[in-house]
Amino acid sequence: MGLASQHKKLEKNINLLAIGSFIAVAIGGIVEIAPLFWIDNTIEEVEGMRPYTPLEQAGRNIYVREGCYACHSQMIRPFRDEVERYGHYSLAAESMYDHPFQWGSKRTGPDLARVGGRYSDEWHVQHLKDPQSVVPESIMPQYSFLGDTPLEMDNASDMLIALRRVGVPYSDRDVGQAMADMILQANPDSGGDVEDFQQRYPKVQVRDFDGDPGTVTEMDALVAYLQMLGTLVDVDSAAAQEALAEEKGR
Amino acid sequence: MINKRIDGPTGTETVGHEWDGIEELDTPMPRWWLWTLYLTIVWGVVYVILYPAWPLIDKATEGVLGWSSRGELAEEMSVVDQARVTVREELSRIPIERLPENSGLFAQAVAGGRSAFQVHCSQCHGSGAAGSQTLGYPNLNDDDWLWGGDLKAIEYTLVNGIRAPGVEDTRASVMPPFEGAFDAAQLDALVDHVLSLGGKETRNPAGAQTFQDNCSACHGPVGEGNRELGAPRLNDAIWLYGGSREQVREQILNPKMGRMPHWSGRLDPVTIKMLSAYVWSLGGGEEFVEVAEDPAVEVDEEP
Repeated sequence: MGLASQHKKLEKNINLLAIGSFIAVAIGGIVEIAPLFWIDNTIEEVEGMRPYTPLEQAGRNIYVREGCYACHSQMIRPFRDEVERYGHYSLAAESMYDHPFQWGSKRTGPDLARVGGRYSDEWHVQHLKDPQSVVPESIMPQYSFLGDTPLEMDNASDMLIALRRVGVPYSDRDVGQAMADMILQANPDSGGDVEDFQQRYPKVQVRDFDGDPGTVTEMDALVAYLQMLGTLVDVDSAAAQEALAEEKGR
Repeated sequence: MINKRIDGPTGTETVGHEWDGIEELDTPMPRWWLWTLYLTIVWGVVYVILYPAWPLIDKATEGVLGWSSRGELAEEMSVVDQARVTVREELSRIPIERLPENSGLFAQAVAGGRSAFQVHCSQCHGSGAAGSQTLGYPNLNDDDWLWGGDLKAIEYTLVNGIRAPGVEDTRASVMPPFEGAFDAAQLDALVDHVLSLGGKETRNPAGAQTFQDNCSACHGPVGEGNRELGAPRLNDAIWLYGGSREQVREQILNPKMGRMPHWSGRLDPVTIKMLSAYVWSLGGGEEFVEVAEDPAVEVDEEP
């Protein structure tokens, strides 16, 4: 009787009801979401991850702009059918510098999390220009304009600054040289310091990607991004495999 | 204010409110619904005990079963590997050139290679391995091989790739572009000669001379090709980039040179062996012995 009449106060006062509802929902949120920010499982560390090079990041922006994520996921789940087709399952840390991440929950095309190095640059260019020429049954649209569109490079530094604000550890040098790095990665003969570039971005692939060394096109950027995907972390080393399989509470 | 009573016609208690003579019945929940609710609660408690559930300070509760999605995958994969272990073990032990002697194992390797081919190779070479002349991916069904068609040569190509960037032992060679090297008449004669090697044109002595001076070092005096250099054979009817006059001329002036990724590291040695067996079995596979007698190989071993 007593509690019921107390509850009646809550039901009749809209402000009290709002505050009460908020507290109830917040408790659920805190219990479910907050621990993800600190428990080891979700923030596992891996060796080899580095921020994307300006060219790769520009390719990633094109990937997002063209809506590639609508058909392609970038997350290999820990199931046999996926692992046998796409390679080792994805680790959370492999998308630590993704803003936003491209995991996806639906596939019309194949998963791309480990597509890097799987095909030649020429194949990627042919496939992006005319997917049906290499995979006749494909329903992917044609993106031939990427090869004709010069990459917009003036905003390279701004792009890195924006990412730095959300926590991607680009150094001042990376930011300052962003545009030069872009040109250098797509054309190693352009006169930049390749060794220094490779030191700042380990495992980076430096070459002309689209078969047109003269200009840095959007095709260069997108292929550079695709050829990098899944190649940074050595997930297949035996020690890593064993540790992952034995970890509990996941 | 609250005035609960039993409602006469239904025999059910009212909730005790009354508005202008209208009262609300407090009809109990259906029993099936209530029991479903209790069961879900019980299921929830059991689940929390058995499986990973509550996130705590540095990790989530593990659950008494010790289950993890990654552990389950590792287990599933190891069961599958166990089932395949005898075949894989035998395959890893047998030298690849002796694989065809063991017809049972060879059939297993070809079957495994076929499925691996669909996943990893069909994107370029096509699902029937017929390649594409317009795009320059070689047909693997014929007996014309750029770098060798015996099991060992195919395996080497799979492991190291062709012109694969950053791979030390990759198969590599460069055909120089001859743009600007010949005048129009010379070029025309050369195209004539190249096409005559396979019987498509009549002989052209001027072109033969140009060929002798510029092309025969790699493609051979009669256009037989050179597998050490990946120089295609020209005196047959099989053309990698097309056999029309325009295509041959274009290839002389600005040669296209194919690339193939290397698969070591990405695929395990046994899968590569199976792929080699599959490609070898497609129709153009060569005996290992024949290639060992190739004079080019002997010359290589001398110094």
